[in-house]
Amino acid sequence: MSALSPEIVLRVDDLSIVYRTERGDVRATNHVSFELKRGEAMALIGESGSGKTTISLALIRKLPKNAVVTSGQILYQRENRVQDVLGLSRRQLRSFRWNDCAMVFQGAQNAFNPVLKIRKQFEDTARAHGWTDKGAIRKRALSLLELVRLDPERVYDSFPHELSGGMKQRTLLALGVLLNPQVVILDEPTTALDILTQRAIIDVLNDMQRQLLFSIIFISHDLSLAAEMADTVATVYAGEIVEIGGVDEIFYRSLHPYTYGLLTSVPTLEHAQDVLQSIPGSPPNLIAPPSGCKFHPRCSFASDQCQLESPLLQLDDETHLAACWHKDRLLASRKEGV
Amino acid sequence: MPESIIELQGVYRHFKKGREVVPVLQDINFTVNKLEFLCLVGESGCGKTTTGKIICGLLPPSSGTIRFEGQDIDDLRGAERRRHRRSVQIIHQDPYASLNPTQTVNEMLSYPLLAHRLVNGRRGAENRVNELLDLVDLTPVEDFVDKYPHQLSGGQRQRVSIARALTTEPSVIVADESVSMVDVSIRIGLLQMMMDLRDRLDVTIVFITHDLALAKYFAWDGRIGVMYLGRLVEIGATQQIIAAPQHPYTKVLLSAIPEPDPQKTRSKQHIQLRSEDIPRLTELPPGCSFHPRCPWYVPGACDIAVPQLALPPQAIVDSEVACIPLQRGDELVLHDA
Repeated sequence: MSALSPEIVLRVDDLSIVYRTERGDVRATNHVSFELKRGEAMALIGESGSGKTTISLALIRKLPKNAVVTSGQILYQRENRVQDVLGLSRRQLRSFRWNDCAMVFQGAQNAFNPVLKIRKQFEDTARAHGWTDKGAIRKRALSLLELVRLDPERVYDSFPHELSGGMKQRTLLALGVLLNPQVVILDEPTTALDILTQRAIIDVLNDMQRQLLFSIIFISHDLSLAAEMADTVATVYAGEIVEIGGVDEIFYRSLHPYTYGLLTSVPTLEHAQDVLQSIPGSPPNLIAPPSGCKFHPRCSFASDQCQLESPLLQLDDETHLAACWHKDRLLASRKEGV
Repeated sequence: MPESIIELQGVYRHFKKGREVVPVLQDINFTVNKLEFLCLVGESGCGKTTTGKIICGLLPPSSGTIRFEGQDIDDLRGAERRRHRRSVQIIHQDPYASLNPTQTVNEMLSYPLLAHRLVNGRRGAENRVNELLDLVDLTPVEDFVDKYPHQLSGGQRQRVSIARALTTEPSVIVADESVSMVDVSIRIGLLQMMMDLRDRLDVTIVFITHDLALAKYFAWDGRIGVMYLGRLVEIGATQQIIAAPQHPYTKVLLSAIPEPDPQKTRSKQHIQLRSEDIPRLTELPPGCSFHPRCPWYVPGACDIAVPQLALPPQAIVDSEVACIPLQRGDELVLHDA
């Protein structure tokens, strides 16, 4: 297996996924490649149906039954050992999930078993992964609950219904990192939470990451959250990563018209009137996506080439990449202040 | 003096939940001026949707008065009552749930036209439906009239909901989280269309949202009312609320929201709450219901009397606030978290 540079924990290469449905094949992920470094926080941003969740489910092999991986590999590295996640046996997979890569799903309200105390749910998780010492589990759990700024003793002995939505979300974060995974995937970590609860979750996540040094992949349609938490941002459109780069690169020097369009359609709280614009049209149907660049029907820079040839995003030494034939034109138009 | 179109006075609303009585709205007083953009903002459970329903007359208040063009809507009878019904419309949050899946766009839009006898027969209805679809940019109209909701995207459905609200030529529309289920890239287009409607059709829009940035965009020249646990805690001109929030809750809220700009959002100062627990509506704390969380809480004042919404004496902006220390003219002193 190809050598990975030591700071890489996860490398996705040319991943494509198709959902087989009665209406036809839904091409939910197309030739997606990216690398995740140790301690890095990466945001996958995009609209609903863009394929963000499919990518993240593939990373822990939790895709629905009708999904087929048609190409690619997912390399995971820990202590200089590289594994292809797509090639893991069932036993290896059980250990990989949670020990190496944990996922915190959207809607923490429903993630706990309502009839078991939080303590039992921490113990079950640890025991399923080979921990036997209840005292050790308790110690680790309490320290994590404290890290997420909860009253550890109280929460540990509570039933889920005794906790508020924000407390449940934080407890779930603590449970997610119980086995010290290197990668934590968060699906819409703050959606459906109140503003002040969202703030608490963001602060807690920042603290946790600083102390436990795991890498984060988080999925969000909220650009502000990405701006605040991410080191790297990947824009997902119609199952493809169309742009990837450092958070400042993406927000201040975006190269893809879709990313730029998203940025100019979100209002701010600054003390000045926002000049905003929607992206015309609507996201494509992934059963019969447009030819060439899938964004071309909505793009003001589209040319004949965009209709015919699909621009590919290839990983190379550049840190800021965009799958677009006309990056220079977007840059030029912004210099003119259009 | 701006002309008022809707006026809420001492409005309370309780819901019974088993043996408990849940006070969802308490002592709500505000006026919606003709042709202004008013946004009601607040977190889930603050009573903003209930307020919207009460404005529309879809829900009666437990007590208090709602005036439409100066008349108590409770006193309206017969033709006047029907006129009020036609004049105040609502656009719901979820365009997937609020459209009847078994009706085509044409059926949905012609029904109110015919029921209220706003058009002359089928032919008149057809013309009006075409006009309405054109108004909400669902063009070419022929492509949409015979569609069922499932054949439309979320954004298109919401445009149908807006067209439906416009069928009765209302003078007030309550838009309850009307763009929050729609994708980010098309949200602003919908909002801009609604803003244009005011100028084209002389309609006053009350916009209800949990998103302060969206409220700021929509009501830039209008006003924002901030709600917390069933009460209005601050109301004032949008630009003042954003630049100089007065009520502690508004200050905390604005400081907590991330910005879509990495450098600005990372350098933003966040005000810490004294407690993150949101009180239950059935167990509201005495006095100001924000006091257990308020970083500027004054013991002996905030936990005793319920503050009324009023303009503080030495205010630098003309936002009304419900905060006892502010109304006493005290300097707010931040507690250590």
